[in-house]
Amino acid sequence: MNRSIPLRSFLTAAWLGWQIESNWTDPFLFATYSIIKPVAGAAILVIMYAIVTQGQFDSPVFAYLFLGNAFYQYVPAVLSGVSWTIIDDREHYRTLKYIYVAPVNIPFYLFGRAVAKFIIATIGVIITIAAGVLFLHVRINWAQVHWGVFLLSLALGIIMMALLGLILAGITLLTARHSYYIGDVVAGGLFLFTGAIFPLEILPVWLRPVGYALPITYWLELLRRALVGEVAQAFPTFAALSNETLFLVLIAASLVFGTASVFIFRRCDFIARERGNLDITTNY
Amino acid sequence: MNPMLPPIERRASGARLFWMTVWGRAYPRVVGMQRERSWVFFDVFLPLLSVAAYVFVYRAIRAPEEYVGFVVLGGAMTAFWMNILWSMSSQLYWEKEQGNLALYIISPASMMAILLGMAIGGLVATLLRAVAILWIGSWLFQVQYTVVSFWKLFAVFSLSMVALYGLGMMSASLFLLFSREAWHLANLAMEPVYLVTGMYFPVKNLGFWAAAGASLIPLTLGLDAMRQLIFVNGAALGFLSVEVEILVLIVLSVVFLIGARYLLAFIEKLAIQEGRLTENRR
Repeated sequence: MNRSIPLRSFLTAAWLGWQIESNWTDPFLFATYSIIKPVAGAAILVIMYAIVTQGQFDSPVFAYLFLGNAFYQYVPAVLSGVSWTIIDDREHYRTLKYIYVAPVNIPFYLFGRAVAKFIIATIGVIITIAAGVLFLHVRINWAQVHWGVFLLSLALGIIMMALLGLILAGITLLTARHSYYIGDVVAGGLFLFTGAIFPLEILPVWLRPVGYALPITYWLELLRRALVGEVAQAFPTFAALSNETLFLVLIAASLVFGTASVFIFRRCDFIARERGNLDITTNY
Repeated sequence: MNPMLPPIERRASGARLFWMTVWGRAYPRVVGMQRERSWVFFDVFLPLLSVAAYVFVYRAIRAPEEYVGFVVLGGAMTAFWMNILWSMSSQLYWEKEQGNLALYIISPASMMAILLGMAIGGLVATLLRAVAILWIGSWLFQVQYTVVSFWKLFAVFSLSMVALYGLGMMSASLFLLFSREAWHLANLAMEPVYLVTGMYFPVKNLGFWAAAGASLIPLTLGLDAMRQLIFVNGAALGFLSVEVEILVLIVLSVVFLIGARYLLAFIEKLAIQEGRLTENRR
């Protein structure tokens, strides 16, 4: 079958990424590994909350932070999925230069490599939310969930994060392999500004504009509204904005970041070729 | 003989070889970090923001102010755990993939010295990250410290570091055997370890047996003791008394350092027998 180069690059990379992420062990251990990490991450917040509030899990604040934290798992997964591929292929497998000389669309190849981490994150999100609903009184009325809003915002958000990941992939082309995942640390930093685990009003006034400028903030708000509308309405941050307005802001912000990501990646890619960085190993 | 290499005039062995190896492995890391400094932003500034997020969670749920200090201290201590995890343990896996591991083994250098060299080489970044989080975090969030005993604080910190790096060397030995799974195991030792060691909350809240089990990771008791020694209400939220925690940390330090020495030797032998040192399972 004749497929376009971007589609073929994406699909092949998705298959390759899945093999790399999953075939290092047996399926049972892989499933356990995929579950423990997100559950532990959520448990930290649950315990912090429980200690201070004496376990008032039916409060809107808890649902707010729990759901925000659950969906935020996608952010490091997608950002790292796209950007870490550069290090993995350049320094670990040492195949980046071969991929560059093959008929491959590099951005689509990078997006494809993130698919495995997206799938693993999805498992983590589902398990975290299930644990919240079953054991921690996170009340989701499934009959009232706005599935259209949920699925559309989820899809838009993933595309937006993949484009943010492309910016980090560009930067990674120019940097050495350090001891961290650039996607994870950037996601960790953005955790502060996106209102994932507390409403933006808690931030000092001078920091709030950073949160308002980030598309992830609107994405999380839309997801919360789709699942538990009354919880989202309990906080004033975006109370004045309708779902449609939030969608428009998310789309506009994603377009801005998306356009920027294409130019930044191209520029970094050019500089990396110029410096001969594509087959560098920085094992120090 | 290669005419390009000068003959070895002064042969090193014993302690001199050990320290030469430590320096030899630390050197490229120190120089490498000077050559490309993007890590300052990604490894120092961004983790500070991440720690701040947890502070604001406590603010959002109106927690007592000492919890803010707990988060700042816990966030600073994560730097050392990360150093062990990514700059020591999993680095061995990377060295195996690059082909350096076999060279280490056939050299007369001690593996403990090589691991120590990796850790010391990464210490600049680690200390910078820990100090930045502690200093800027304390300043930003107005954390109040009341040090009960500087000597005890120094002892707790030093013992925690010795025990922690001993544990790091022990776990690194396993990485001689592992292949790609090593990377994933290191990944797994982040959030779950933050959870059980009480990085962002008093470990006492996990319950006695869970906290006691978590005490096998020196960070748990180290953090708990430090919190008791520098915060006004720290003692009330402590797991065990500081004196008991110091004693346990001494035991852990001895056990982990001796264990690391024997385990490294044993696993190295096992890995050689099984042909795992040069194995490259893509």
